[in-house]
This record gives sequence, C-alpha cells and structure tokens, in this order.
Amino acid sequence: MSFLDRLRHSRRAALGATLFLGLLLAALPFLVGNGLGNSWLRILDFALLYIMLALGLNIVVGFAGLLDLGYIAFYAVGAYLYALLASPHFGLHLPVWAIIPAGAALAGFFGILLGAPTLRLRGDYLAIVTLGFGEIVRIFLNNLNAPLNITNGPQGISGIDPIRLGGVSLARPMEFLGFTIPSLHGYYYLFLALALLIVFVTIRLEHSRIGRAWVAIREDEIAAKACGINTRNIKLLAFAMGASFGGVAGGLFAGFQAFVSPESFSLMESIMVLCMVVLGGMGHIPGVILGGILLTVLPEIFRHGAGPVQQMLFGKVLLDPEALRMLLFGLALIVVMLYRPAGLWPSPTRRREFRGDAR
Amino acid sequence: MLEVTGLRVAYGGIQAVRGITFHVEAGETVALIGANGAGKTSTLKALARLLDAAGGSVRCGGREISALPPHELIAQGIALVPEGRGVFPRMTIVENLLMGAYRRHDAAAVKADIARMFGYFPRLEERAQQLAGTLSGGEQQMLAIGRALMGRPKLLLLDEPSMGLAPLMVQKIFEVIRSVAADGMTVLLVEQNARLALESSRRGYVMESGEITLTGDAADLLANPRVRAAYLGE
Repeated sequence: MSFLDRLRHSRRAALGATLFLGLLLAALPFLVGNGLGNSWLRILDFALLYIMLALGLNIVVGFAGLLDLGYIAFYAVGAYLYALLASPHFGLHLPVWAIIPAGAALAGFFGILLGAPTLRLRGDYLAIVTLGFGEIVRIFLNNLNAPLNITNGPQGISGIDPIRLGGVSLARPMEFLGFTIPSLHGYYYLFLALALLIVFVTIRLEHSRIGRAWVAIREDEIAAKACGINTRNIKLLAFAMGASFGGVAGGLFAGFQAFVSPESFSLMESIMVLCMVVLGGMGHIPGVILGGILLTVLPEIFRHGAGPVQQMLFGKVLLDPEALRMLLFGLALIVVMLYRPAGLWPSPTRRREFRGDAR
Repeated sequence: MLEVTGLRVAYGGIQAVRGITFHVEAGETVALIGANGAGKTSTLKALARLLDAAGGSVRCGGREISALPPHELIAQGIALVPEGRGVFPRMTIVENLLMGAYRRHDAAAVKADIARMFGYFPRLEERAQQLAGTLSGGEQQMLAIGRALMGRPKLLLLDEPSMGLAPLMVQKIFEVIRSVAADGMTVLLVEQNARLALESSRRGYVMESGEITLTGDAADLLANPRVRAAYLGE
C-alpha cells in the first residue's frame, strides 16, 4: 500500500498529514528566508501566484478541454486594474479588498469576451484565436498612452501602492507580539490564503454539476448537448471562472511588485502557465499545483546553480547561466513529456488511460 | 408524438433533405432507412437540433421544437443516441449514465434507473467502474443508449446504432432496442441495415436523395420488391 493510499484509508493518517502540511506551509517562509535568503522567499511568493494562475487555466484547459494560449491576458487585466486604481498614476488609492474582487470580475468579463466569439472553435483553431487575444491585450497595454494616457505605455506604471490589510502595509516589516515579521512573509501568508481559497473553490467546482458538465464538453460536445447541457453557458462559465482566478493573481502581483509593464504579460508567460498545467497533470488539482511550483522553482535553481556548478566542473563559467537556464528547462520539459506523457502527477483516470489498462 | 412537416436541410446551396413529411405515433417504433447520403442523418440531426433546418416544422407532443436549443430537447422528452456512439470516453460507465440524468434532480429515482439500465445491459454492470473509452464498440453503443434512457425520454432518436459493429453485436443491440420499445418507448430508428431496422419496427420510411419515396408498414416494406432489390440485396 502506497503512502497516498494509506492516507485515503485512515482518518488519523489524513489528519496527521494535514497538520504536518499546515505546519510546513506556515513555517516555510522562515525556513526558506533563513536558509536560502530573501531572493528565494520572493520566488516562493511567485510560486503561489503561479499556482493560482495554473489552477485558473486548468479550469479552461484541464476541465473543459479548451486550449487557451492567451491566458496571461487575464493576469494583465487584474494587474493593470490594481495599478490604475491604487497608484499615483491617476491619483487613486482604493483599498485592496475593493480592487481584488473588481479585478476578478473584470477578468471574468474579459473571459466571456474571449469565449463568446470562439464558442464554435476547438483545439488548434481556438489556440490561435486565444493567442491573438493575449497579444491584443498586451499590445493595447503597450499603446494606450496616447492620445489619452491610460496605461503609460511601455514604461508601465510604477509606485503602485503596496497591499494593505487592516491599515497595515505588507511592504514594511510588521511587529506582531514582539516578533518582527518581514514584508515578504506577510505577502507569503496573504498569497497562501488566497491560493488555498482558490484550491478549495476549484475542488468544489470539480465535483459539482458544473464540473461534470465541463468534463462532458471536453469529452464529447454533441453528446453533452444530448444530455441537456447548455454547452454555450457552461463554456462561457469556464472562461469566466478561469479568467477571474487570473485576475486575482494579477492584482496581487501588481501590489507585490509595485510596478507593472506590458513586458510581464508576453506570450511566453501564457505558455509557461500552460506548461505548468500540462506538465503537472491536466485536470488534476494536486498535479497542477506541483506543476506551478516546479516550473517556478526549477528555472531559478538552474539560474542560481548553473554558475557554481560550471565553476566546480571546469574551473570557470563557460556558458552564461541565463542562457543555460532556458536550455535546461526545455530539456526538462522534453524529458518529462517523454517519460510521463500524462504529466508528473496525473489523475488516476488519466494514468489508467495512458497505461491502457482496462481497469 | 412526433410530426415532421416539409422539413428541409441544406448545407450551403446543397439540399440534403428536400421537404420531407412523416410522423411517429406514441409507443411505436419507426424506421427511417436509405442508402448512404440519402439524408437520413441530416434529418435526425435537424430533429435533435444539432443542425438548423432550412424550413418546415417539427412538432413533438403538439409543441413546435424546430427553434429550441439542443439542450432543451431532453426537457421536451426527446433523447438522441448520436451517430458513432459518442460516449464520454474518460468517464466511467456509471458516470456516463449519470450524465444522461444531468437535468434530473431526483437522486433516488436516478439510482433506481441506473439499476434498470444494468437490467437491460448486464455487460455494463460488470464493468461499472471501467472507463467508457476502454469498452468495445458494441458496449459503447449500449452505454450510449442507456445514457439516453437515463433522461427518461418519451421519444428515443437512434442514429445508425449498427454502424461499425460486428454482426453478433448488431443482433444484441437490436434485441435491446426491441425490448426498450416493448416497455413502451417511442423510437425513431435511422438505419442503413434496412432488414434489421424494418424487422424491429412497426412502420418504415424509405429515403432517397433527400426525399421520402416509400412508406408503409414494416412488414409490407420488407416484402416490397423495390425495397428488396435496393436495400435487402436480393
């Protein structure tokens, strides 16, 4: 019996594992911050943002089977909404609890905007249209600085307000019961809370009527219609839900970075999030989370490790770590897809299918 | 139950169905037979609202349904078993059957209906937790019929149930269709296998290049020399 099976069958083991995981997640920023330094703590914060993005895209790609190559546009919508409503750019300084839900709603609206004209498209055709959509949003952000300066063009918007919770800015270290909690820790806990909320919502959706309808559409659209599923509305809902998660992550990103520019929302980012979903295990929530963590952390390991390793092996740095990073990353993707085509941690159903088991 | 009047279906400029009129009465099984490309499947697709008709009227239980969206048909008591089976391959058999009951909210009755389906299809019960994609073609066809019945329809539309199946399996499928019909279901059967379709039906319509050219009791059609020559290979 494997470790996971044991968890599934014993309540006590499950409780223990949950407790352990909870403690680990709570202690993680201290372990990482003290052991590896603040740059890794930032990477950890980004990993949480990417998990939110990957879970959002997983609804569209993994559950509903709609290939979306422009997903990062919704991240951009959330980020720019935060930037415009809480920065000196327009002189607005709205509170975070108003902006993040608004960002989710606006991104959801953009999701419907993308979904409505593409309802009849599938697979490669849909991929091309969504790719175009992502680029349109990015190019708009790049050019909406004239005649009326809305997005400040390629320079982006800087000086964005940090996220404040209950009057406490997360950008500064906090005093709490005599302890000093560094800023990055505060962001970590906020992102963790929202990531957990998104995980919870996703799990509930997966096992709801809506979740089953998404899967039915993915499997066979005509049969889904024959079962009485309103495929149009259910597809639009997938686009809107997925996009709204992206909008939340985008808002958090803007507050965290204090700066947004169109550069952050390139096609490469969309592809990266898609890789997280596919490499982790399409449609399987733990797999997608794993994909999000690995694809955020791995390139950084390569970046930080490539220099010292070369120094050790050859006595000097032969290849620029920055260039090597993407090479190694690409190789890792190829190896995973060759040896684990269903993803690193696929759902039991997909694993069975790829193995070709009858049962 | 079903009344089709002057139904026309066109793909671009090409008329696939040229104004056909037929009806299916409550409780009877009616076969719509014809060669490849005669317009049978186009007719059924228009009935199931997967295609927009170019003209004509389709009434079910007295209600015009030719403008309803496809997902509303099951609420009108019409269930389609799509051509080429169309099960959800990555769902288990039970999950497939549950999808057929998507619009129902009576969990206990749904459970009882699943048991009833396993009564029709004992082979499926043995494989209840297996993925539908791993079933044989015939088993998938059974599952597709079972899923359609899970919506508790009054009218079952079957699109080429024998397509691509081994002869023995075709016999089995038609046995099931006959027993479903014997339990009171109204069935419209679109089939290339004219003999089996007519043998399982009370009445039949013969379609040729988009028009209904012959109609009558199934037994008469089976005896009709034209039908025998064209569709029964005699």
